[in-house]
Amino acid sequence: MTAETADVPAPQEPENTREPQLPKEARSPRALAWTRRRHSAARFWREYRTHRAGVFGLAALVLITLAAVFAPLLVGADAQSVTEAPGEAMQSPSGEFPLGTDQFGRDLLALLVWGARISLTVGLLAAFLSVAIGTVVGITAGHFRGWYATVIMRVTDWFLVMPTLVLAIALASVMDRSIWTIVLAIGVTTWPTTARLVRAQTLAVESRPYIERAQALGGGHGHIMARHVLPNVMPLVLAQTTLVISSAILTEATLAFLGLGDPTVVSWGGLLQDAREAGAVSAGDWWYLAPPGIAIAVVALAFTLCGRAVESVLNPRLGVSR
Amino acid sequence: MTAADSNPAAILAAEAEAAAKGAAPGGPAEQAGPRGRGPRARNTRAYLQYVAGKLGGALVSMFAVLVTSFFLFRLIPGDPVKQMTGGRRVSSEQLAAMRAEFGLDDPVWQQFTDYCGNVLTGDFGTSYQFHTPVMDKITEAIGPTLWLTGTAYVLYTVIGIWLGTRSAWRNGRIGDRFHTGLALTLYSVPSFWLGLLLIITFSVGAGPLPGLFPTGGMESGDESGFAYVMDVAHHMILPVITLVAVGYAQTLLVMRSSLLDEMGSDYLTTARAKGLRDDLVRRRHAVPNALLPTVTLMFVNLGTVVAGAILVETVFSWPGLGGLFYQALSVPDLPLVQGLFFVFATAVILMNTVADVIYPLLDPRVGR
Repeated sequence: MTAETADVPAPQEPENTREPQLPKEARSPRALAWTRRRHSAARFWREYRTHRAGVFGLAALVLITLAAVFAPLLVGADAQSVTEAPGEAMQSPSGEFPLGTDQFGRDLLALLVWGARISLTVGLLAAFLSVAIGTVVGITAGHFRGWYATVIMRVTDWFLVMPTLVLAIALASVMDRSIWTIVLAIGVTTWPTTARLVRAQTLAVESRPYIERAQALGGGHGHIMARHVLPNVMPLVLAQTTLVISSAILTEATLAFLGLGDPTVVSWGGLLQDAREAGAVSAGDWWYLAPPGIAIAVVALAFTLCGRAVESVLNPRLGVSR
Repeated sequence: MTAADSNPAAILAAEAEAAAKGAAPGGPAEQAGPRGRGPRARNTRAYLQYVAGKLGGALVSMFAVLVTSFFLFRLIPGDPVKQMTGGRRVSSEQLAAMRAEFGLDDPVWQQFTDYCGNVLTGDFGTSYQFHTPVMDKITEAIGPTLWLTGTAYVLYTVIGIWLGTRSAWRNGRIGDRFHTGLALTLYSVPSFWLGLLLIITFSVGAGPLPGLFPTGGMESGDESGFAYVMDVAHHMILPVITLVAVGYAQTLLVMRSSLLDEMGSDYLTTARAKGLRDDLVRRRHAVPNALLPTVTLMFVNLGTVVAGAILVETVFSWPGLGGLFYQALSVPDLPLVQGLFFVFATAVILMNTVADVIYPLLDPRVGR
């Protein structure tokens, strides 16, 4: 393993950047805090860089995000229009349409680029919602003891044993068809994992003496949770977020494929559903089916690789292969 | 822990692992507490208390499932009678008669207690779509589902443990990197997409390749005896490959990371110092200890076996619970969706409880 990572000059970095430098004259606490944060971010990045798979995942994500953001410039704003489709229906890949056309004659490459927007948006929003709920529940369940913690952990456990996909499908099927429904369905069904992790970390943090000191100095519940516990669970939450995003993107594709997505927007799962409805399977039109699935897999894999790299930077004992 | 998922499996495994470490930091399982008459009797009582606690928790969960399946499907989607008639012209007397038949005019609380009573006696109502009792449809479909997902489950557990062990033992080598990478990639692939591609490649036939396997269903219909078994097996190959491909990554990753945790342990050095072959050190000493988190994962996965194949069954038109759920959703056939939801959730709760109850017997450090 060392042979592959030898080209990365991580250990040879100048030592003086490792510790926050002592100020020449007295600086404000805020400035000190920012210096410390900058240094720990730099240290994090130096470690992260040594994880090849993580760097690869990050690069893939940057590329795809750029493509999604600049979709109107890259492929034109009218690529989703059924009435102004440029080609004929179900054309195989050709020079003009590198990935072929769908049953309405739209350019599949353009649709794929547009689909990235929905898949990334839904994935990010759903993961953000899920992790936000999980973090709040986890911190409060770890901080407050007694009946509140008992009740809330019972609720968490109950969500944890629910078959996530079944519950998400049920939620999505009883609400209106829109991307917000999908975000909500994924968000409210996937938070318990984060809640359990955050609660465990909160309990560990709260047993440290400085929490007792803060309490003795008159720090209230809100102060302790926001200023002492939250910064300590944030790294864990960050790693968890990247992992949740990849499963949220997969779930979004699944719901869209089942016809529970917003029918008016193009998403990768929706493209697969269109392909199936157009008879691409029995006709053997693999060129229609393959690209959306590959796109989903690449994005999900990229987020997973980033998440694993972040996880192993924060917790080297996991022994994640580089 | 390592796998990217919102699945309960990984976190349960992680927690069990953490609990095990907290109780005996860094030590192997053999170092669990003093053995004697007194402690053992006390342990038995503690264990029974622990089991009772877990069973009570399971009952509370079951009640929560009942509440959800009743209110989620009943209160949100509007008037079920209108959906049942589906826009056809019906007189108001007919509507009223239907409402009375399904008990929709009763107060909600009475409907709920009726519902609980019915479910406890195995009565999930009548399917709007098939006009047969929901219970009949479920018992009809549960066999094919258990066959399909059970086979896939056994395969991906065995493959996952085997490859996970190999990967961890040769940590960092080319084989480890290849298998971890491949598993992560397959884990990121949507199962229904992989299924569709397999159908195109091996059933429809791509290029020079003829259609080797059937495109869907469970049987051709005109076979009996041994030929029937072979026919079903033939239909099962592609769906099982799909399920195994997307499923084995989790087992592999958990097995790999828990074996990696054990590998620095002193007792392995001792075993090597005794002169044991590398193979024996792995088989007799390292793997049994590392298996514990994987066992938790296996049980949790066993619960999701029933619900795990909704998409694969849909894509391959497999006549099981998952395919039935999809059919019920597209109507929507309320009693059938409700019944299936209940069955899926019950399976998970049941298996989690079994895992919780068995785990302290396997690992004496937990639950005491």
